[in-house]
Amino acid sequence: MNGLLQQDVNQETFTLNLGPQHPATHGVLRVKLVMDGEYIVQAEPVLGYIHRMHEKMGENRTWVKFLPNCGRMDYLCALSYNHGYVAALERAAGIEVPERAEYLRVITVELNRISSHLLWFGAFVLDLGGFTPLLYAFDDREHILDLLESVTGSRLTYCYFRFGGVYNDIEDSFITGTREFIKRMRKRMPMYDALVTKNIILIKRLKDIGPISKDMARRYGATGPVARGSGINYDVRKNEPYSVYSEFDFDVPVYEEGDSMARYMVRMDEIEQSMRIIEQALDKLPEGEIKPKKAVKMVKPEKGDYYHAVEAARGSFGVRLVSDGKNQAYRLKLRSPTYSNLSLFDEASRGMLLPDALALMGSLDLVIPEIDR
Amino acid sequence: MLLARIKEALSSLYEDIQETQEAPEAVKDEAAGKVETAAADAAPAAEFQTEESAAEQEEAKPEEAEEPAAEAAKAPPGPKETDYTAKGYHLDVDLPPDKVTAAAEILNNENFFLETITGVDWIDEQQLEVVYDFNHFDELCRVVIRTRTDRNNPEIPTISHIYQGANWHERETHDFFGIKFVGHPDLSPLLLPEDADFHPLLKDFKA
Repeated sequence: MNGLLQQDVNQETFTLNLGPQHPATHGVLRVKLVMDGEYIVQAEPVLGYIHRMHEKMGENRTWVKFLPNCGRMDYLCALSYNHGYVAALERAAGIEVPERAEYLRVITVELNRISSHLLWFGAFVLDLGGFTPLLYAFDDREHILDLLESVTGSRLTYCYFRFGGVYNDIEDSFITGTREFIKRMRKRMPMYDALVTKNIILIKRLKDIGPISKDMARRYGATGPVARGSGINYDVRKNEPYSVYSEFDFDVPVYEEGDSMARYMVRMDEIEQSMRIIEQALDKLPEGEIKPKKAVKMVKPEKGDYYHAVEAARGSFGVRLVSDGKNQAYRLKLRSPTYSNLSLFDEASRGMLLPDALALMGSLDLVIPEIDR
Repeated sequence: MLLARIKEALSSLYEDIQETQEAPEAVKDEAAGKVETAAADAAPAAEFQTEESAAEQEEAKPEEAEEPAAEAAKAPPGPKETDYTAKGYHLDVDLPPDKVTAAAEILNNENFFLETITGVDWIDEQQLEVVYDFNHFDELCRVVIRTRTDRNNPEIPTISHIYQGANWHERETHDFFGIKFVGHPDLSPLLLPEDADFHPLLKDFKA
């Protein structure tokens, strides 16, 4: 007999392609969904649509020439990738960084983190059907882009950090501008709270949706706001302080619930924490050099392998580099946080309604170029 | 201390490696003695043995005191503590491929999480290396497990049934290096095109 005829009508499943060109996948991600009516039986993310093999590029150009690549993976928090890469090389080659440069790094990275969270916030609420918050969030984000443009020269794919320092010193207008922005942002947050966070529709769309347990997050290696929304108190800036983060007083927001709302709350709280770090850094900003006295022209780490992790906007970004003592990498591995965060989507989305799974996907804060690398 | 505990747990994996190697008689005896005392410690019910083993321990101590110098010269396999500030990880564990699963299980029991899996092509030695980076959420402790396999027939057991997150990392490593992770549910290309039959991170790869 034909197998199709024997199949129970009530157990019939069908395959649904979500993406690769879908507004909710934020880039080109395709998810092959096996559906039982409106419910997801299985979800298989299909990656690689924008795979550019950055790791191979790392092997065929010098350490310095790879710098611009860093901003082209996680393009929403490019400076974190900048930071991870230069910090790994500085560890490997033993390059000293002047204190002022470290402070400038922290200030710019945290500004970038806020802008990344703001974009996520707007796009996430857009996924859920609310259009207005996107416009507000982009308005705020615009101020950060202007500030960062004045220092780094670019608005999105920053390449600001150099081995042993930063490219450019800041001007007084940047400091006053940043302080003004923080003042403005503090006024905007209560509005976001009233408009979005306390909105009954948003709460109903997010509360208890897409639960990720502590154990699941650990088994998949989830980090960043995804892990912190599941009650894991892990932030590289606190657990493994790099740069000058140990000198600042800030909290790591952790929510125990593990649902999409918890991940939403973690990111919203992190905006305030980033602003606290920036304020302290601006207060304490030391005078001095921003580059080593003798310019770092040739980087040649000793033979061996090295690891360095930083807290990017989406989680722990790690660089594992293997050097054979030459001017370029023998192997350059880039550990992108969303790659691990997305891998739990299949297990987490099973049995969910499709619109709820989109809420879950949005709460993971996916940036596809970072996953595909 | 997590680091000390995990180091001790991981060094247990080396016991039968040392035995299978052509070790000198003295080392063998010493290892056997260690196993006995460990067994006695673990099973306090066997009280009549403790006296004997305690005596053995006392006998063994002066031997152990002499050992390190000789051991350092031989550099026996075992978990090595590394300089964290210089390297970025705490423990470096070099294992044969068939021990990787056991190591992953030990780390899983201690609630470690998997950061990433890295392949490295050592073409001069005709070997492929796979490096597993583990870390802990509560206490900073980065553990690196590394293993090497033959470059012409690279096979390593999967750990994706222990760490589900390893699934994609192993698939990616298979994409880039062609390493077969034995027992992996699906090694079809993940980041490369679905019909890709090349492995771009091999050093002899020509586009």
